[in-house]
Amino acid sequence: MTLDTVTVAQSSPDQSQPFAELGLKPDEYARIKEILGRRPTSSELAMYSVMWSEHCSYKSSKVHLKQFGDKAVKTDALLVGIGENAGVVDVGQGYAVTFKIESHNHPSFIEPYQGAATGVGGIVRDILTMGARPIAVMDPLRFGPADAPDTRRVLPGIVAGVGGYGNCLGLANIGGEVVFDETYIGNPLVNALCVGVMKHSDIKLAKAAGAGNLVVLYGAKTGGDGIGGVSVLASETFDTTGSAKRPAVQVGDPFVEKVLIECSLEIFAEDLVIGIQDLGGAGLSCATSELASGGSGGMKVELDRVPLRDASLSPEEILMSESQERMCAIVEPSKIKRFLEICDKWDVTVTVIGEVTDGDRLEITWHGDLIVDVPPRTVAHDGPVYNRPLAKPEYVDRVNAEVINVPRPTTSDEIKATVLKLAAAPNLADKSWVTSQYDRYVQGNTIQSQPDDSGMVRIDEKTHLGVAIATDANANWSYLNPYEGAKLALAEAARNIATAGAKPLAVTNCLNFGSPEDPGVMWQFAESVRGLADGCLEMGLPVTGGNVSFYNQTGSVAILPTPVIGVLGVIDDVRTRTPMSFEEAGLDLYLLGETADDLAGSEWAYLHGQRGGQSPIADLQREMRLIDLLVAGRVNKVFTAAHDLSQGGLSASLTEMVLRHNVGADVTVENIGTALMSETPGRVIVAIDPSQTKTLGDLATKHQIVLTKLGTTGGDSLVINGANIPLTELRTAWTETFPKLFG
Amino acid sequence: MAKIVVDVMLKPEILDPQGSAVSAALPRLGFTFAKSVRQGKRFEIEIEGEPTAAQLAEVEVAAEKLLANPVIETFVVRVEK
Repeated sequence: MTLDTVTVAQSSPDQSQPFAELGLKPDEYARIKEILGRRPTSSELAMYSVMWSEHCSYKSSKVHLKQFGDKAVKTDALLVGIGENAGVVDVGQGYAVTFKIESHNHPSFIEPYQGAATGVGGIVRDILTMGARPIAVMDPLRFGPADAPDTRRVLPGIVAGVGGYGNCLGLANIGGEVVFDETYIGNPLVNALCVGVMKHSDIKLAKAAGAGNLVVLYGAKTGGDGIGGVSVLASETFDTTGSAKRPAVQVGDPFVEKVLIECSLEIFAEDLVIGIQDLGGAGLSCATSELASGGSGGMKVELDRVPLRDASLSPEEILMSESQERMCAIVEPSKIKRFLEICDKWDVTVTVIGEVTDGDRLEITWHGDLIVDVPPRTVAHDGPVYNRPLAKPEYVDRVNAEVINVPRPTTSDEIKATVLKLAAAPNLADKSWVTSQYDRYVQGNTIQSQPDDSGMVRIDEKTHLGVAIATDANANWSYLNPYEGAKLALAEAARNIATAGAKPLAVTNCLNFGSPEDPGVMWQFAESVRGLADGCLEMGLPVTGGNVSFYNQTGSVAILPTPVIGVLGVIDDVRTRTPMSFEEAGLDLYLLGETADDLAGSEWAYLHGQRGGQSPIADLQREMRLIDLLVAGRVNKVFTAAHDLSQGGLSASLTEMVLRHNVGADVTVENIGTALMSETPGRVIVAIDPSQTKTLGDLATKHQIVLTKLGTTGGDSLVINGANIPLTELRTAWTETFPKLFG
Repeated sequence: MAKIVVDVMLKPEILDPQGSAVSAALPRLGFTFAKSVRQGKRFEIEIEGEPTAAQLAEVEVAAEKLLANPVIETFVVRVEK
C-alpha cells in the first residue's frame, strides 16, 4: 500500500475515500475538503473522523450544553471551568479538588471486564492530567433486569473490571449506584467518576505554547487497541454496523497506569511541563490536535517515532489507536533531560515525537513524508454542530395521565410484607456483593462509602478537611418529566452529601441517552440539560464538566433518559460528620420534610409494573433550606444520625438505618398506605438525643422545614405502626438478593 | 483415553500485560533470547475413547462459549495422543 501523503492527495483529488465507513456524513466530508482546499489524506480523514464523532465532538449536544456556561453561577470556588479535562474547585486551606464522571457504556457491553476497567483508567488519567493526585473513584452502574441472562453475563464482568483496575491502582471506591431496568438490557451503563486533590499552584492545563518546546509521548507503547473504537463504537448502534465492524477492544494494564501516575506526579512536582493531555478516546489524534489548538496552533510531529507494540501498524492506525496508559506532554528543551531521567527512574517508555512551532498548522510526517497538514482547531474544536430536531414524544402525555394503582398496606401483615418486598427488590437490596469486590479503604482516608448516602474522603490528615461526593439519577422520573427529573437528581445528590453535614460546592454530570437522531430522545436530552442548568443556577452550584453518551439504544428502544449527576461538597472536619445511622437505643427519630402521594416513578410502582403518573416537581428553595439545616445541625452537633429518603421511600431508609448497626426502631406514621413507599423528594430521617429536641425544633422553624416525630430507636425489630419485623428476617430479605442472583 | 487440548491466546493486537511482565523479567535474570513474550492458557480435557468429529465440534462450541473470550482471544482445539 502506498503512503497517502499530502502531495499524493493534491495530485489525486478525485480518489474515492471510505468516509462513510468511518462514520462521516457526506456534508461533513465535503466540509473537510473545504477546510483543507483539497481531499484529506487517509491519515487526515482518520483524525477528522474520530474527532468529529459524536463521542469527541459533542456535535449533537453542544448547542444545549452551552447553557451550563450561559447560566453559570459566578463563584470564586471554581478555579478551572468546563472545557479542560476536568473542572477544579477550591475547597479551602490551599487545596483544590478536581472531579469528573465519564461513561464507558458501549465497550463494557462488548467486553464487560476490560470495558469497565479501561473506563476507570480513562477517568483517572483525566484527573491526573489536571495535576492532581487521584484519591478515590465511584461507579454508578445500570443493568437490564437482575434476572436476565445478559445481566448475569455483564454485571459480574463489569464489577470485576471496576474492582480489578481500581484496586490495583490503590484507589478507594467510595460509592456509586447499581440500578436495574429493562431498558438497559443490551445497553448497560458504566459511568466512572474520579476525584483528585492538589494544591492551587499545581493546576495543569492542556496547551502547547512556546515555539521550540518539545512534544513528548510517555507511558505504554501504541498497539492496535480499539482502533476506531471512538467513532464506530460510540456513534452507531450495534445493529446497523454488524459484528464485522466491531473493532478490537482496549485492554488496560493498571500496574502501568500506577507507575504512570507516580511518574507524572513527580514530573509535575518539579514543574517540568507546559501542558499535558492524556490519550483516551481518539488517542494521538485527540491529544495532538487539542494540545496544539490550546496553544498558538503550530506543531510538528514525527509519527514514525511513536514506540509501537505492533510494528505493522499503519500511520492511520497509530493516529486512531486507543491504547491505554499513555500521556502527551509539552516540555521546554531545557527541562527535557530531567523529564527523561524521571521516566527512566519509573521505567516508563518516553519519546520526543515532535515540537511546537510558531505556525498555525499541525503537521505530521511519516518517515519524512508529510501526511497531515491541518489547522488543529478545525480538528479539535470546530467540528460540526447539529441543531437536531426535537419533539416531545407522544408517550409523555399518555403516561403522565396514567393513575397509579398499587396495593396500599394497611394491616400489620401487609406493612411487614411491603417492607420485606422492598428490602429484597434488586434496586434496593444490599449492594455489598458488588462493593465488597472494591477496595473501599485503601490509603486510609475513607470516611464514608457504600452504604452511606455519600462517599467521603479526608484530604488533609492534620486539619481533617474532607470532601464528600454523591452521584444520583432517577431515570423513572426523568422518563415522566426529564426537566424535573434532572433537577430532582441534582437535589438528591446535594442532599446526599448534606446529610453527612458537607456543604455542596460543585456539579459534574454524565448524560446517558438514546439516539440523538430520534427527535423524542433529543427532546429528553434538551429538557434534562435545561433542568440541570436551571437547577444549578438556582442552587448556586457551578457545573465543572461532564460527559454525554448517546446511542444507548437497541433498535428503536432507547434507554430511560439517565442524567447521572455528581455533586461534590466540602466538610471542614470529617470527624464531625453526621453518620447515616444510630448505634444506640433511646434516640428520637424525626422526619424532616413533608410526605405527599408520590408513587409515580417509585420503586413500589415499578415492582407492580407501573411506570406512569406525574413526577414530583422539584422545590429547590426548600432543598437548599434543608441542606442548610443539615449542615447547621452537624456543626452544632444536633444529630446522632441523618439519612436521606429516596428510592423505596421511608421503608427503604428505615431498613438501611436499622440494619446498619443492628439497632431497631419503633415508629408510627399517619397515612401508612402512602407514607411507607412514597418517594416525595426533600426528606431526611434524623436521629437525635432527646436533649436536642428543642434545638432541632428551632432549626426546623428557622429553615421552614416541616418536622414530624416518627418514633424512637432500640430493640431488635423494626416496628412500623405496630407491625413487628424482626431485624434477622429483614436482614435476610435485604442481603439474600444479590448472592442468589449472582452467586 | 484421549486428551483434547484447547490452547487460548490473546489476539495479537490485544495488550498482554502478563506477557509483557515476563518479557521484562527475562533479561533481568540474564536471559537475553526473547524478542517478545505472549502468555496464554491451556486446557486439557480427558475423554473416554477416541474423540469423534462430533465431540471435537462440541469442544469448539464450549471453547467459544466458556474457555475463551472470543472478543479478545483466539483458541485452537487439538487432540493429544
